[in-house]
Amino acid sequence: MSMKPAIQAEEVSLIYGQGATAVHALDRVDLSLASGEMLALMGPSGSGKTSLLMVLGGLLRPTLGRVQVQGIALDPLSETERARLRLSHMGFVFQHYNLFPALTALENVQLALELKGYPLDGADTLLAEVGLAPRRHGYPRQLSGGEKQRVAIARALAGDPSILLADEPTAALDTEHGMAVVELLRRIAREEGRAVVMVTHDPRVTRMADRVVSIADGRILQ
Amino acid sequence: MAGVLAWRNLTHDLSRFIVTMVGVVFAVVLIAMELGLYQGFTTSTTTVIRHTNADLWIMAKGTRNFEITVPIHDRELYAAKSLECVDRAEGLVTQFVPWKKPGGGDESVFLVGFDLNSGLAGPWNLVDGDLEDLRRSDSIVVDHIYADKLGVSGIGDRVEINRHRARIVGMTQGIRSFTTSPWVFTAARTAQRMGNFEASDWNYVLVDVEPGCDPVRVQATLKAILPEADVHSVDELAALTRDYWVFTTGAGASVLVSAILGVVVGVVIVAQVLYATTVDHLTEFGTLRAMGAPSGFIYRVILGQAVISATIGHLFGISIAMALAEASETGTVLVVVSPAMAAWLFLLTLAMCVAAAVVSIRKAMRIDPAMVFQR
Repeated sequence: MSMKPAIQAEEVSLIYGQGATAVHALDRVDLSLASGEMLALMGPSGSGKTSLLMVLGGLLRPTLGRVQVQGIALDPLSETERARLRLSHMGFVFQHYNLFPALTALENVQLALELKGYPLDGADTLLAEVGLAPRRHGYPRQLSGGEKQRVAIARALAGDPSILLADEPTAALDTEHGMAVVELLRRIAREEGRAVVMVTHDPRVTRMADRVVSIADGRILQ
Repeated sequence: MAGVLAWRNLTHDLSRFIVTMVGVVFAVVLIAMELGLYQGFTTSTTTVIRHTNADLWIMAKGTRNFEITVPIHDRELYAAKSLECVDRAEGLVTQFVPWKKPGGGDESVFLVGFDLNSGLAGPWNLVDGDLEDLRRSDSIVVDHIYADKLGVSGIGDRVEINRHRARIVGMTQGIRSFTTSPWVFTAARTAQRMGNFEASDWNYVLVDVEPGCDPVRVQATLKAILPEADVHSVDELAALTRDYWVFTTGAGASVLVSAILGVVVGVVIVAQVLYATTVDHLTEFGTLRAMGAPSGFIYRVILGQAVISATIGHLFGISIAMALAEASETGTVLVVVSPAMAAWLFLLTLAMCVAAAVVSIRKAMRIDPAMVFQR
């Protein structure tokens, strides 16, 4: 018996507009990702990689095709049900961190834990896991870019999600910090068995991924 | 965490927080002052009526306010005195009369002549002198507020009222007229003489009902035996007078309209500042939605911001308004901010903030969570 993929997209198309002016952001994309696997989605700006990430995360409904998360089909779910699914199965890492500037690193993680119904004392452990325990009382404005992204990863790990979706997590970081963040994501995938999808256009980052998928004009190339 | 996030969202940018609070505080002060002016106006129109220790007022038929009335006669006074359950019934004289200032110039004053023995409708807050001195036929009591306006400095000053000599024997503090004519208190007989009344003429007969008797029944009896007169309770005459000045005169209407406009402007200011506060954090609400936060959590954060803003804004705003109201007690324009108004205003502020938050919530909930990927 084969294991269910963590995420599976079948024949997914995302079309904006109609008729002659229609834009195919995604064109019949097939993609499958196993637990414990780190996948890098590569492509130039406007290629559709972020759109694909949003479709996989249930933030956009595809025009055609099906997406399943841990065996659950997203298509029939309402917005509220999709939100609940994101909360229970997914963690997000954003290019610009999207931390709450009014909360400390610890509180940012605690907020995610509370939303997911987990005890708040797990925040310390999560920050320790990303190497930020000593900076837990720092506000985002007091942290470096690399530290902020590690807080964002700790927040994404809150509630023990099986899938991590990261949108260009190294784009705002220098090489050293960027590679450290990717190394962290790879460890999370391999040691904790989470499926990680990482959008990037940095070739150095892709070398650390288990699999690289290139996308251009909404189509997967390889 | 919703409460923590609401509080931190408001306060982590101190400058922004101060701007928000200034907006709410300004709105609260504006509304409190406008309503306080209105309350002060209505209080001033009925101040003598309210301070009269009488249960019932008898007056000429068709009287619409305290200040303007035609005389009644001894018949009403004696009819009241003769009734069972009437403890006291005394005549009251009220009239606008000219006042000649000692240093030259004229003013108009509102003369109130009351019965010295009963003290019904006499002055209160006497700070200088003795009411017993009003037994001298030319003696009067005026208020400190109007000393400059009337050109006097205190007890002993001599003036001329309606071509009759008068001498100040007492000074009150804070008995304010809502018209341009200050109150001048004197003995009933002195007022009759100064107002060129007959000795049997009165503007009102004040009736004090014996303890244990029902004032309503006495009022009904008086109405029955005095069909040519009106008989009102204190509350009825106060309402009649207040409504007359508020609804039938330009002065009252302008105060009322100002109060209503104050509330409207206040609501708009609060709505704008709170809406701006929410819009400032739209990205964060988008992040929450992308993470899958339930709508209820976002509602709680935004409503929490509204409740915090309302509470702090009201606390500062009402404190300022109360201080201004207290300062007005020595001036000619009365502003009344009562504890009841403060409580009512808190509910209004809360309602304004929550209403503004509801508008903001609609904005926050319409955010496409995908926007957090598209910055």
